[in-house]
Amino acid sequence: MNPGSENPISQYTVSWRRIAAMIERYWYLLRSSWPRLLELVYWPAVQMLMWGFLQLYIGQNAGYFARAGGVFIGAVLLWDILFRGQLGFSVSFLEEMWSRNLANLMISPLRPIEFVLAMMVMSIIRLLIGMVPVSLLAIGFFGFNLYGLGLALAAFFLNLILTSWAVGIFVSGVVMRNGLGAENLAWSVMFLLMPLTCVYYPVAVLPPWLQIVAWSLPPTYVFEGMRALLIDHQFRVDLMVEALFMNMVLFGAGAGGFMLLLRAARRHGSLMQTGE
Amino acid sequence: MTPPAIDVERLVKIYQRGMAVDGVSFTLPVGSLTGLLGGNGAGKTTTIAMIMGLLTPTSGTVQVFGAHMPGQRYRVLHRMNFESPYVDMPMRLTVRQNLTVFGRLYGVDGLADRIAALADELGLTELLDRPTGKLSSGQRTRVSLAKALVNRPEVLLLDEPTASLDPDTADWVRARLQRYRAERGATILLASHNMNEVERLCERVIIMKKGRIEDDGTPARLLARYGRHTLEEVFLDVARGRPHTREAAQ
Repeated sequence: MNPGSENPISQYTVSWRRIAAMIERYWYLLRSSWPRLLELVYWPAVQMLMWGFLQLYIGQNAGYFARAGGVFIGAVLLWDILFRGQLGFSVSFLEEMWSRNLANLMISPLRPIEFVLAMMVMSIIRLLIGMVPVSLLAIGFFGFNLYGLGLALAAFFLNLILTSWAVGIFVSGVVMRNGLGAENLAWSVMFLLMPLTCVYYPVAVLPPWLQIVAWSLPPTYVFEGMRALLIDHQFRVDLMVEALFMNMVLFGAGAGGFMLLLRAARRHGSLMQTGE
Repeated sequence: MTPPAIDVERLVKIYQRGMAVDGVSFTLPVGSLTGLLGGNGAGKTTTIAMIMGLLTPTSGTVQVFGAHMPGQRYRVLHRMNFESPYVDMPMRLTVRQNLTVFGRLYGVDGLADRIAALADELGLTELLDRPTGKLSSGQRTRVSLAKALVNRPEVLLLDEPTASLDPDTADWVRARLQRYRAERGATILLASHNMNEVERLCERVIIMKKGRIEDDGTPARLLARYGRHTLEEVFLDVARGRPHTREAAQ
């Protein structure tokens, strides 16, 4: 074997014990800081209340919106799955950069795939801590029951979380390679997708050339699917399947990008210097 | 034949800003304690990073127990560990939580007992349930050392392990390192600016300057070669480009 090349087998060997150790590490951190826990609920709650009241107001004055009950609240809750899912992933990675702990992890037997799996689990845990209380608030305030979407919610969730992980993995790779100077990307990258994935309006509103861009992004299919469900009471399986295929490609690209950036970080010495 | 603990051959690392390590070769037998001496920018940390597999060499090879780094690092990483004042542990986690997480990553059996023993050995018992970030720098260095020893490494890489410590704590840390090496038969490579430390601990000293090995030998041989009484004087001779006495005589 070429001494400089990666060992393909050991690189992808998975130990659940090491993954559990990393999850435990992030859990200790969450548990130790009530502001961190509060922050997980705070913004989703504020967003949901704002859009919910706006929807109430518009619904009382416009026939279409009266018919499309819950579209805004549904959109804001699904958007938060996408946004908070990515943030939950990226923040776990940033914690290692902030605490200058990355080198310790990289010289331990922890494999990159285990590191990524632990951050995926943590993104779900962070998401649940934030979203479950907010979804219950939506029932209390506006009578919108996200769980009433049933199987469709599972399909929406799966597609959105896959997109969020794909973006989170890639962004973590960029931060690892370029240092904390690239941290802002973790906080802002999803907002680039917000107008393009048509969270609050149908794709048809966009100019034709931008519609092509929108349909190349998996979350667009989810938000269109949500509107079809809430307005036309029709679950569009075709949209979910298309989104799933696109997500698999996107996830593969994100993971591949992470591995390439890790290799570049190893070449450039970025793993030793985790500052800017 | 048993491979050496560390075998470095014609190691080169070139960054965009220039050459950091320039053709370094050395072999460390199992159980040896070697000092890597050099000023800032000499290439010590870069060399250690390549031995750990954190950094890919531009050319040359590093083998740890016969495994090429970084390509075959997962064959040996569980047998190694590292401590440096430039790498921290999560500050909000308690000492016990940090050691538990790293112990699990390294697959340490009987982890609770191991942590208790390490805490006892390194004077951390009273600090185990305090957040790591609330400790003094000396206490944090001891925690980092506990992390570096949690898996009973056969190869221990230390980058300035006593930097920022007061003389008493530094002396105390050195004594523990000596004891650990004697008990475990571990191979230790220690990068340091502290000549007294290297003189006291190391049976071999490699002096680096501008990415190259300038000299390599036992402390006694280096002192004799340069006609000096302390390693600090030897270091200054090397740093300032003065030839050693044998060369000067020629």
